[in-house]
Amino acid sequence: MPAADADLDSFRADTRAWLEENCPPEMRTPMKGDADQCWGGRNFTFQSDAQKLWLERMAAKGWTVPDWPTEYGGGGLSREETKILRQEMARLGARLPLSSFGIWMLGPALLKYGTEAQKQEHLPPIARGEIRWCQGYSEPGAGSDLAGLQTRAVDAGDHYVINGQKVWTSYADKADWIFCLVRTNPDAPKHQGISFILFDMDQPGVEPKPIRLISGSSPFCETFFTDARAEKRNLVHEENKGWDVAKYLLGHEREMISGMGHDGAGKTLPQMAVEAVGADAEGRLADPLMRADIALFEVRAAAYRAQGERFNDEWKAGRLNPAQASMMKYYGTELNKRRNELVMAAGGSDALEWESDDSDGGKKARDWLRSKGNSIEGGTSEIQLNIVAKRILELPS
Amino acid sequence: MPLYLTEDQEMLRDSASGFMAEKAPVAHLRKLRDSDDSIGHDPALWKEFAEMGFTSILISEDEGGLGLGHVEAGVVLEEIGRNLTPSPLLSTGIAAVAALQQGGKHHRDRWFPAIAAGDATVALAIDEGAKHGPAKTAMSAERSGNGFRLTGRKQFVVGGHNADMLIVAARTGGAPGDSDGITLFAVEKGAAGMTADPRRLADASIAARIEFDGVEVDADAVIGEVDAGWGPLTALLSAGRAGASAELLGVGQGAADRTMAYLKERKQFGVIIGTFQALQHRAAHLYAELEVARAATLKAQQLLDAGSSKAHGAVHTAKAMTGLTAQLAVQEGVQMHGGVGMTDEYDVGLYMKRARTLAELFGDANYHADRLAREAGY
Repeated sequence: MPAADADLDSFRADTRAWLEENCPPEMRTPMKGDADQCWGGRNFTFQSDAQKLWLERMAAKGWTVPDWPTEYGGGGLSREETKILRQEMARLGARLPLSSFGIWMLGPALLKYGTEAQKQEHLPPIARGEIRWCQGYSEPGAGSDLAGLQTRAVDAGDHYVINGQKVWTSYADKADWIFCLVRTNPDAPKHQGISFILFDMDQPGVEPKPIRLISGSSPFCETFFTDARAEKRNLVHEENKGWDVAKYLLGHEREMISGMGHDGAGKTLPQMAVEAVGADAEGRLADPLMRADIALFEVRAAAYRAQGERFNDEWKAGRLNPAQASMMKYYGTELNKRRNELVMAAGGSDALEWESDDSDGGKKARDWLRSKGNSIEGGTSEIQLNIVAKRILELPS
Repeated sequence: MPLYLTEDQEMLRDSASGFMAEKAPVAHLRKLRDSDDSIGHDPALWKEFAEMGFTSILISEDEGGLGLGHVEAGVVLEEIGRNLTPSPLLSTGIAAVAALQQGGKHHRDRWFPAIAAGDATVALAIDEGAKHGPAKTAMSAERSGNGFRLTGRKQFVVGGHNADMLIVAARTGGAPGDSDGITLFAVEKGAAGMTADPRRLADASIAARIEFDGVEVDADAVIGEVDAGWGPLTALLSAGRAGASAELLGVGQGAADRTMAYLKERKQFGVIIGTFQALQHRAAHLYAELEVARAATLKAQQLLDAGSSKAHGAVHTAKAMTGLTAQLAVQEGVQMHGGVGMTDEYDVGLYMKRARTLAELFGDANYHADRLAREAGY
């Protein structure tokens, strides 16, 4: 056995033993919904001592961000080791210790574009779950046309003064800091006057207001800025070059959204349908038209899983056109919407219940409605198709 | 193994692509069709396929072949699809070879050298109705003397009127619907009591309806074991379906490429029609479907080559997905070409005809989705 493989085997054994020893039993059950997720931050109320302990233990190992460098609070693990950690956590059914836009979005941007001082200041509190971040991108007049954003940042010496409004800021009412796209040069062409800046939400000029969605929950806010203050040392990348950072991050976001709803634990769609609708004498789903719909959906879902594998392999090998992330986002989110439609069709009137215990507080219906946002957030399906048409198919504009 | 082609496989693709473009582009199909050809392919081209090693791609090196796998077979078949090249490669070099690899050395000794040399073709007599369903095989094979008597009808036997050998699925036991009790036979051209009725199909290929009226074969005509033909038949069908998936991918990609080129040159209202967002979005959607179908196909080929137990399901997925996707590609292709898409002069209509034929071959998307559902327990 090559030395590297032997090292990985011993890493796996150590990891397994450590997880067995340190993951509290309560953290080994499937999360039922958003309420079970640990988001951390200044104002977070832990659901249980076990949830807090699990975060602290994992953060101490650097395993909330296993592949970040150790000097920024990460685990310093290689790609292979990170994969093993994930596998071992899955084996145990261990919950994610920390959900965080700091980890998923800001972290990768700071690692690529941040100064050493910015990394030192912001990454370790993200890794420890001490600061919760939100993303200030979309505005009422800048959705698909994100680069048309108008929130102004005016130079005031050592800081910027910020005025304007953001919308669809995820959990802005619960976040401690925001990473935000602002206009620093209103006279330049629209992509060239945008900057990427970080600032504290705990100040008088920042006012988030939750938006109630069709699913009944309010994960997003409108966020208003009135003479809010952002220190210049928190400008990421150069002034007026924020669009580079935004594009880099959108790629991450698209991959993240396209992966939603595809590897969740629990029952498969056919299992749910058989339970709800029943089976004929030969074991076939009793509703033949629904069975056909589901069977053809499952073909596409299986093919898309293969495409996910291919996308990752090609990405690792540096063989991808970056616009292929748009294709993945488009296909994955459309598939997830379709899946939720079929879940609702299979569930019938049971799946319509909105609050009952039987329905887990209307989980199917709320997930179904929430899934409709997948093809809107992070760039609509139509924007993704535009990108594929222009950057891959090279159709003229 | 990463889910993309290795350097060697890319080299093979480049060589197959250059070969088809030079020797057998769409013009070759037109010429064959318009000359009232009665064979269904060009035997001289088949010899050249052999010289390139394509006909022996799956045959082991020990037995005189290239000893490559389903990924490589797929690379060649995709180029065949892209150029609509009429060829018995899928039935002979891929599906039949896969069956004979499980079916007795005497068959391989008899047929592999001739296949490798481009001197023989093999056709597959599986289907008995308009829709594929191998377990439904009803044709009877009664014991008779030292061998068997075959009685029944087959259809959609591509190249069956001309093939040197037919692989025939018949029933030695069980009842239609059972997978047990089927036996595969190698029946040579000209066997007494066998009548082929060749029919030209929409895509200009020729498939025969074949009548077996008490055809006598020896015991050593059996491929594999009596009553246990499902094993080699599954090998045949898995190889055939993975190969047909690759060919369908080539057909879909070929149609899509022509359509993209047309969108970039055709003008209406004084502008290139490819600037219209209504068409751009449909083109981009088609691109996504083709990429997903490509991944499903490569996954199935790699799993077949690895001998994985997951190959079976992956092949069903690939054949269903490529069938759906190639048909989307040709329908969008004809529509986006507008009026000229309806003319025989433009190639896109030929792609439409080929896609439907291949989608039907070895089971359409509904067949494979149904099989996947059955195997998943619903």
